[in-house]
Amino acid sequence: MSVDQQNQPVVLVSNLVKKYGDFMAVKGVNFAVYPGECFGLLGPNGAGKTSIVRMTYGFSPVSGGKLSVFGEDIMIRPRAIKSRIGVISQDDDLDPVLSVRENLMIYAGYFQIGKQIAKKRCEEILSFMDLQDKSDEPVENLSGGLRRRLTLGRALINQPALLLLDEPTTGLDPYARHLVWHRLRRLKEEGTTMLLTTHYMEEASQLCDRLIIMYQGEIVEEGHPEGLIDRHLGREALELGTGGECPDSLFDDSRELIRGRQGMGDDLVLFTDHGLELMDRVAAQADRQKTPIRYRRLRPSNLEDVFLQLTGESLREDGAAPLPGKRGEEEGEDVR
Amino acid sequence: MSGNRPWQELLSWPDLSWPLVYRVFCRNLLLFRKTWMANIMFNFVEPIIYLWALGFGLGVYVNKIHGLPYINFLAPALVASSSMFATTYEMTYGSFTRMAVQKIFQSMVATPVSMDDVVLGEILYGTFKGTLYGIVFLTVLAAFGLVRSGWALLAPVPVALMAAEFSILSMIWTSIAPGFDSFEYFFTLLITPMFFLSGVFFPLETLPAGVRLLAWFMPLYHAVEAVRPLILGTAASSVWGHLAWLAALVLLTLRIPLVMVKHRLIK
Ligand SMILES: Nc1ncnc2c1ncn2[C@@H]1O[C@H](COP(=O)(O)OP(=O)(O)O)[C@@H](O)[C@H]1O
Ligand SMILES: [Mg+2]
Repeated sequence: MSVDQQNQPVVLVSNLVKKYGDFMAVKGVNFAVYPGECFGLLGPNGAGKTSIVRMTYGFSPVSGGKLSVFGEDIMIRPRAIKSRIGVISQDDDLDPVLSVRENLMIYAGYFQIGKQIAKKRCEEILSFMDLQDKSDEPVENLSGGLRRRLTLGRALINQPALLLLDEPTTGLDPYARHLVWHRLRRLKEEGTTMLLTTHYMEEASQLCDRLIIMYQGEIVEEGHPEGLIDRHLGREALELGTGGECPDSLFDDSRELIRGRQGMGDDLVLFTDHGLELMDRVAAQADRQKTPIRYRRLRPSNLEDVFLQLTGESLREDGAAPLPGKRGEEEGEDVR
Repeated sequence: MSGNRPWQELLSWPDLSWPLVYRVFCRNLLLFRKTWMANIMFNFVEPIIYLWALGFGLGVYVNKIHGLPYINFLAPALVASSSMFATTYEMTYGSFTRMAVQKIFQSMVATPVSMDDVVLGEILYGTFKGTLYGIVFLTVLAAFGLVRSGWALLAPVPVALMAAEFSILSMIWTSIAPGFDSFEYFFTLLITPMFFLSGVFFPLETLPAGVRLLAWFMPLYHAVEAVRPLILGTAASSVWGHLAWLAALVLLTLRIPLVMVKHRLIK
């Protein structure tokens, strides 16, 4: 999607710093989010994503640098700016005893939306988020996926021009995740600007027009999801089950095809733009020198590979390298 | 902003929008309306047991206090103490649940509501709940024939001021509470001693001067001293003194929980 760079940015961040006591969680970050785009903050736990989101809606004070939203410093007129933002925070903060509809209506009250309008929007949101059947159910009885849908619906009650989405699908099963993605895409088509944090590569690839990759409070890369893959790795990844013993001579006649390599446990991943040819050449060479290769697998490169390449660390919470042969989708961790 | 100078912040003006304070209050009221029956029953059992056991039971053995049958001495004070308990439970266990478990405060301040609005809305709700319980208990007394004067209609005023002060004190404790367990200390160190040393069960004259001085700082004592004469129809000008003292206490302490909750939540 093309973004009109002439427009004034909705969120403008320069040299942004966040400190908790002596600990620096965000170390001088720069980026701008333009109208109508979905901008991603991608990074593992502890990268500083939530800190940035919280500063953006004025919850957490800025420790250094500048942050403006709709061209204003949020600390000066926080109420006016917050009335144009919708926030989906990382924690589940729905009102558990109230019903789905009551959650929406009560939230509308905080924006001082008149009762008639609130009722109308409430019905629209229930239908948009596919929650009509559950509208009178207390939130504490809902599954994790339904709660997240309601959280997103609740953030829409003031028809925000800017949505802040802090890990909107973490912990959801694949079905629930795709449903949320679908709704977010529709909101984007309607022109809502989004700032989205995630540690799911696939989420970033699916939704973001541009993104920054963060690691330990700093930006390590920025660009379009496809562009980043192209720039760093090449389009394809060849996974080789070499079992740790991999003489360099294996690649003697394919060096010019390899754009990057990454160890993964005992195995190896090669990045290339010429996957099939590379696979053939490596296989032939392995035969010649009798190096055993347990398996070979060619797959598209993804942002996870880029991240691994840039930081030497995995994005996953447990810090383990991704398993060969498994890509994108992860199991939901904590579906309540 | 919410930086390193809490003292300066205490003297600063809070960031309040009254319509939004009211919305926060309404959110709690909506919940209260769902469970009010169970709520009220729970908070009533205790004072009614006191009334029966102490008033009608112990009262048989206790001589008159200040020329009053014991039940008439005791009952008006229980209006104030039942209100105190309703408020303190709500603003400790209840507020802590909303703040730390359900993260409701956090969700509110993502909207135009400010943290000061949230905390003041909570305090108003605690005050409302305590006052309501006081009023309902008063009607129970009327039903038992224990109300002797029309002045009793004014008893909710000192009760409300006292409930406001207990909302504030509880909220201060809640703002530093590491978990639910710590509320036991709040009750055993502060609330229960206050319950026994505020002239609810016996006049304070019998106590050593030091304890009497301490009582002056107990909101419950002033509420009891104002409510009792109103219900018995013996109101004197001293009631004004107690009211003024309660009001002053509320005004002096109101800013504290607002600052403290902000310091806890906003990092
Ligand atoms: N309130 C806080 N006090 C102290 N440290 C914090 C606080 N919040 C976050 N941090 C630390 O700041 C870093 C960044 O956290 P966060 O912004 O939550 O990252 P992310 O959302 O990317 O996981 C982490 O190391 C985290 O432990
Ligand atoms: Mg986070």
